[in-house]
Amino acid sequence: MTASAVDDRRGLRVEDLRVAFEGKAVLKGIDLAVEPGEVLVLLGPSGCGKSTLLRAVAGLEQLTTGRVWWDDDDLTDLPTHLRQVGLVFQDHVLFGHRDVAGNVGFALRVAGASAPSVTHRVAEALEMVGLAGFEGRRVDTLSGGESQRVALARSLAAAPRAILLDEPLGSLDRVLRERLTDELGALLRRLDLAAVHVTHDHDEAFALADRIAVLGDGRIDRIGVPDEVWADPGSVHAARCLGHENLLALDVRGCCALGQLGAGSGTVLLRADRLFLGGATEGTAAVVVSTTRRSGRPVVTVAVGDVEVRVPVEEAMPGLVMGDEVGLVVAEDAVIPLTD
Amino acid sequence: MDTDRPAVTSLPRRLAAVGVVVVPAGFLAVFFVYPVVTIIVEGLGSDGLRRLGELPGRASFRSVAWFTLWQAVVSTVLTILVALPGAHLLARRRFRGKALLRAATTVPFVLPTVVVGGAFLAVFERLGLDDGPMRLTRTVGAILLAHVFFNVAVVLRTVGTFWGDLDPRSGEQARVLGATPWQAFRWVTLPALRPAVAAAASIIFLFCFTSFGVVLVLGGPARATLETEVWRHAVSRGDLASATAVALVQLAAVVATVVATNRLQRRRTVTQRPVRRTSLPRAGIGLLAGNLCLLAVVLGLPVFVLLERSLRRSGAGGGWTVDHYAALADRVSLLPTSALGALGNSLLFAAVAAGLATIVGGLASLVVVHGRRCFARTLDLGMMLPLGASAVTLGFGMLLALDEPPLDLRSSRWLVPVAHALVGIPFVMRTVVPTLRSVDQRLREAAATLGASPARVRREVDGPLAMRALAVGAAFSVAVSLGEFGATSFLPRNPDRLTAPLALFRLLGVPGDALRGQAMALAVVLMALTAVAVLVIEGGRNRGGVKGDW
Repeated sequence: MTASAVDDRRGLRVEDLRVAFEGKAVLKGIDLAVEPGEVLVLLGPSGCGKSTLLRAVAGLEQLTTGRVWWDDDDLTDLPTHLRQVGLVFQDHVLFGHRDVAGNVGFALRVAGASAPSVTHRVAEALEMVGLAGFEGRRVDTLSGGESQRVALARSLAAAPRAILLDEPLGSLDRVLRERLTDELGALLRRLDLAAVHVTHDHDEAFALADRIAVLGDGRIDRIGVPDEVWADPGSVHAARCLGHENLLALDVRGCCALGQLGAGSGTVLLRADRLFLGGATEGTAAVVVSTTRRSGRPVVTVAVGDVEVRVPVEEAMPGLVMGDEVGLVVAEDAVIPLTD
Repeated sequence: MDTDRPAVTSLPRRLAAVGVVVVPAGFLAVFFVYPVVTIIVEGLGSDGLRRLGELPGRASFRSVAWFTLWQAVVSTVLTILVALPGAHLLARRRFRGKALLRAATTVPFVLPTVVVGGAFLAVFERLGLDDGPMRLTRTVGAILLAHVFFNVAVVLRTVGTFWGDLDPRSGEQARVLGATPWQAFRWVTLPALRPAVAAAASIIFLFCFTSFGVVLVLGGPARATLETEVWRHAVSRGDLASATAVALVQLAAVVATVVATNRLQRRRTVTQRPVRRTSLPRAGIGLLAGNLCLLAVVLGLPVFVLLERSLRRSGAGGGWTVDHYAALADRVSLLPTSALGALGNSLLFAAVAAGLATIVGGLASLVVVHGRRCFARTLDLGMMLPLGASAVTLGFGMLLALDEPPLDLRSSRWLVPVAHALVGIPFVMRTVVPTLRSVDQRLREAAATLGASPARVRREVDGPLAMRALAVGAAFSVAVSLGEFGATSFLPRNPDRLTAPLALFRLLGVPGDALRGQAMALAVVLMALTAVAVLVIEGGRNRGGVKGDW
């Protein structure tokens, strides 16, 4: 990916970005490129440097080294307010002393736009996020979802070239988050912005991303289109971030209770979509440990020796209860080797 | 006392509970409310009303009233302008020596007014600004400078603390939206700071409006405020009727100010969410150096020159000497006792005042925290009044009211520490009440479930913290008492009640060099004693647990 990013000089690019806090390295050399119209999702656990990366791109952190580019313009030494890069914080950070119109129109007034044009463009931006007519509302009377939309409208009204979204949906409840995720994705694509979206939620990442970058310990662990990344996460850390659960440790001969799964010790991933449950005579003999539902889909946890494996199943497996004996069928391409 | 428990209390306990309310209420009633009411009653009596009516017609009064107002406004604005960059530095930047800077900038606030007056006189003489075209001595400029010196700490504390708790991302969000650093400050940070700036401004305005010692020492006879007018009429001329009329105007103005600022602040109360703290950016060398220079000139120079002057032989090019300190023990014809004697009086009064303030303030705090709502609110507000009312109102009221049986206390030297205690009590309460309130209720509940009786809970959980808060409050009272000048200057000056600030004021009033060195030495000793009290206060606060609202 990095190579193609350097060739292609369009959009937002970050080269060998490093940031340290009081001598401790937080970002250890990040390379990224996002084109206009593309949504890149940064996925990672809290504290891995996701937010710091966004702040660095926005010019809010002192870089140790590295450069930030837009097309052929070097933004690295440009102060924040001249970068034309929008940033939406997780808890919105609305200006409490101004109403909705005052918040959304802030960038326009700073830029010296005339009052009628501010009014007009504020209305436009509010329309875009589905809050037409909210101009006069005080920001402390808004619900969580409304605040989030106002924050988004405020950033969009500034007409940025790129927009950075720092877990903007993180403080909302699940139902609202899922709805807004879809809306946000549609809006970003319509506006043709280069967007970097930070989250720790893999479902949100898959819903939004054109490409996913998994961040771990200040470095990019894995980057690529969602299906590719999901099918082959590369590292244990990336696999966990992407929502994989069946990570198996192998012994020196590449074996575990499921048999020989690799050559030598290490960790392998069993892709959930390549696992099947059959009758007790098929595949490897297994015992049902529990059954549950994930996002409405039934999931069965089975034990093979000391190894537990989660298997998503079709609706048609009635009557499975704890202790039932089943057969676990592992498709040949289900085993993906991972690096530690 | 205990509203949360059924009244199965014995007679002694009930008497004790009554005493807890009656002692502070009685103290306040006799030594503050009664004197103030006396001013009002006499001021509004038939003779008083006539004099009051004459006041607006007198050009001298009009100019005094106008000067009082505008110097307070200008002092307030200047102080905020000087201190805001420093508040930013303390709240938003990381640098070595931050704790030291914070402590050092607090010292001026608690220095005795007369000492500060003396220090500025010394600076002006040292820089040749005491005469000639650039003269600052006996000018408005001197008064304004001293007011800034005093009140910078108020801004650094109130605005600085508030600023530190503000979400820094608001400003960052503004920057991302295209605002320059200045626009982000002007349009986002400053509006968010407004409640704190308004609070600081109203306190500073009140301090400057009621400023007494500074105006008397630095302003000279030509520069009078309402406060010094009361003193001039009452003490210099013995014209109690005129003094009463001016005091009444002053009282009305102070009450109006307090009411108005309370109104403003209630409208602007902003609830702040605590912010996750990230590490602060390092302070730029320019910002740091600029601030340190400014604060060093405004705050450090007077203290430094005062020290230097006290250690130099009088006259041009004099060498180093400790003679001035030795001379503190000598009798001076001007004073009824030696400066050392005055210092002794001051220390004795400070001890008594601190004791009184701790007992009365401690009891009042108990009522405020644990007592019935009506008592709690009345005492909470009432005990603060002596601090809000001016020192002159306090002293003049005592002079006017407490001279007849059964309250003929003016002849007693112990009236001095009583007056000091009244000013010290608010500090004791502002330390003890928040500390007691900060005790986690769950801690008490946990102790109770472990079998501790309510009395035991109070002793084990609240007791140790309360003792430490009381000690901090006592140190505050000592500092207040050591520096108190306004109220004390109204009480008769027998040898056994001359305090160090009064002695210093008289010494400073002597023109020429003869007694200047001795005055500076006395000022340094007073400053050192106050600084010790501040160290105790800061130490107590840093030890944790002790909260404060000042």
